[in-house]
Amino acid sequence: MSENNRMIKIYLYSKFERFWHWVQAVLIILLIITGLEIHGAYNLFGFERAVTLHNFFGLSWLVLYAFIVFWLFTTGEWKQYIPTTRKLYDVANYYCVDIFKGKPHPVQKCKDAKHNPLQRLTYLGISALLLPFQMATGLLYYTYNSWETWGIGKFLDLGILALIHTALAFIILSFLVVHVYMTTTGHSVTSHVTAMCCGWEEVEEGTQVEDWERGVVS
Amino acid sequence: MTAQLKKVKPGTSILPPGMCLGILVFFMAVIFQISIVGEDTAWAASENEEIAPGRTMARQALKKREIWKTTDHSKHEILKQDFKSGPEVTAACLSCHTEAAAQFHETIHWTWLDPADESKVVGKAGLSVNNFCINLKSNEPRCTSCHAGYGWKDDSFDFTDQTKVDCLVCHEQTGTYHKFPAGAGNPVSEETVFKGNGKTYYPPEWNLVAQSVSRPTRSNCGTCHFFGGGGDAVKHGDMDSSLMKPNKNLDVHMGIDGQNFDCVRCHTTVRHQIAGRIYATPASTDRKSLIEDDMASKIMCESCHSSTPHKPGVKANDHTDKVACQTCHIPEFARVNPTKMWWDWSKAGGKKDGKPFKIPGPLGKPDYDTQKGEFVWEKNVTPEYFWFNGSIQTLTALDMIDPAKTVKVSWPTGDREDKNSRIFPFKVHLGKQPYDKVNKTILIPHLFGKTEDAYWVSYDWKKALYKGMETAGLNFSGEFDFVETSYVFPTTHMVAPKADSLSCQECHSKDGRMKNLADFYMPGRDTRSVVDYAGWGLVLVSLVGVMLHGLGRIFAKNGRRK
Repeated sequence: MSENNRMIKIYLYSKFERFWHWVQAVLIILLIITGLEIHGAYNLFGFERAVTLHNFFGLSWLVLYAFIVFWLFTTGEWKQYIPTTRKLYDVANYYCVDIFKGKPHPVQKCKDAKHNPLQRLTYLGISALLLPFQMATGLLYYTYNSWETWGIGKFLDLGILALIHTALAFIILSFLVVHVYMTTTGHSVTSHVTAMCCGWEEVEEGTQVEDWERGVVS
Repeated sequence: MTAQLKKVKPGTSILPPGMCLGILVFFMAVIFQISIVGEDTAWAASENEEIAPGRTMARQALKKREIWKTTDHSKHEILKQDFKSGPEVTAACLSCHTEAAAQFHETIHWTWLDPADESKVVGKAGLSVNNFCINLKSNEPRCTSCHAGYGWKDDSFDFTDQTKVDCLVCHEQTGTYHKFPAGAGNPVSEETVFKGNGKTYYPPEWNLVAQSVSRPTRSNCGTCHFFGGGGDAVKHGDMDSSLMKPNKNLDVHMGIDGQNFDCVRCHTTVRHQIAGRIYATPASTDRKSLIEDDMASKIMCESCHSSTPHKPGVKANDHTDKVACQTCHIPEFARVNPTKMWWDWSKAGGKKDGKPFKIPGPLGKPDYDTQKGEFVWEKNVTPEYFWFNGSIQTLTALDMIDPAKTVKVSWPTGDREDKNSRIFPFKVHLGKQPYDKVNKTILIPHLFGKTEDAYWVSYDWKKALYKGMETAGLNFSGEFDFVETSYVFPTTHMVAPKADSLSCQECHSKDGRMKNLADFYMPGRDTRSVVDYAGWGLVLVSLVGVMLHGLGRIFAKNGRRK
């Protein structure tokens, strides 16, 4: 990133988007903490309290997710998640090679395209597959005692379900690690995180941005 | 949008107030939730908290019981006569209660045989064995001191004689009526000292005891059932003399500072048939509450507490189909008196200066006794857990055994797929006892007697085993050794106050109480190491990966600056 370029701020993330992002983040972290305790990894809250909390966080997450999905479709934000292969290689190459050479990111963020092609692919996979699948397995686990009444007891095995739920949790945890690290790859180490907090992200001047978004950094 | 621009200045923007409020409300809810489940157990309610429905139901069913009678036995002339023996009293009882003896003759308290076993092999009077004093045959006068009858000293006892029924042992209320420990069910006719415990036994004051009769109380039942196996607390673990006058902490139902239940409050009785498990026959096969069937016996917890006794939404309600109430509510048995956990007959017969001796143990019970061998006593014992459908199988002296393994002399039946089975707590009594090396059967020794072939007279196993097996009508090859055996007692008394019930973690943990119950997934206990290794591996790789990437960026940037 050439230091001569003027930096400007653009408004990337709306209020609700930031709200759901952070609440979901906290919920997922709490679910991982309580979930691993239920799994027997350590003793923190005690099994009973861990279960009660895990159930509460899990159900809260379901409610939140319903709002997120509603928001995605009513605002048209879902289009941000349409996968593309254009510049996918460039982005991958950037994170693997060019980032060390100080070259600029091949895809600039803007209001209409806040996800680069790699993000589109990752976030689509996560929010459309990984997370819903985790919610579904969690909900089934939660309703274990009703399986018999619902007539699905014969087809499901709690051990296998728990195994899938645990495996997915590990994948989410590993995503979390990479995701948190990736926030440091912006213009400055904290600029991505700041953007997710305030809505405004620092980008280089010359990026196509709408007038109302423009704010000049001194 | 422009309005927003005015409010939130770029560069100095913070989270807008609305969002702050939203997040705040959410996490206040979380904190509230944490504080609610902050109790040690969610259903360990404080005094002013709402009472669990199962408790309310049981209390409703529990209006103070008034026992009323239409007769005063002390006014009956027939009970004022000069009695010389038990059978004379019985004859007097039967003059009014004409059907009582006939009813009693039908019960296991009289026959000591499993009524469900037509071959009459299963039962104390049959060939069932245990790992205490093993079997009745040839030892009758000692064992039958706990028979509700008079004079069962050998096979010649007449089980059809109505006057031989001992009404008093179950019904007298003076507390002075004691059968002599080696008297074949008879009290003494003159003052006698029993060498086994050094106590003096007196002839009963027949008129007094006969006129005191009423419904059986704890001391009536306890006089035998608390002392099974030849002494206090030897057998059951959940039943001993501490239940004569327990406090609530020992037994919430029987506690004299609480509900003060007698045994028959739950062990309801029809025509002298007392509710309860009999060998392989469960105490009850249907788990009906009194609301569903007001004539049902009260022998199951569900009878009064229903099958969803906890507050709505409490997870324990979901457990009642697979976990017995006793499992969580009796965390330990033998909480007052130590119970016998190990009895090694192979060590019996040792002499000190040519004489039999005893070694006292730390809990006030003997560790060794020449007559019986080596013991281990334990207090506050954690039960073992098995699937149990209410039915217990018992080995008989006819059954072939495999001496290479610990032989199960009795064992609970049931499995997870069986709808009537639940995880249930047990006392498992281990021991070593003689078996026939050729016939591969458990051997019956002649322990008690006055002749040379009684083990407790000459300490000669071979003689004792020949005599015992001969009396039982069984073959003994002459070759014997000792085999390790196990015997189970379902733990169902000594129900602890709710605050002492098990926490979830007692079972839902890696080395928890359920560690020996295989073949089903249990959260907190079971993990697949493949998933764990792969999962943690993935997380580790991600961590190392991003750290290396980050370091690379730092070095590259420094490099460019130079």
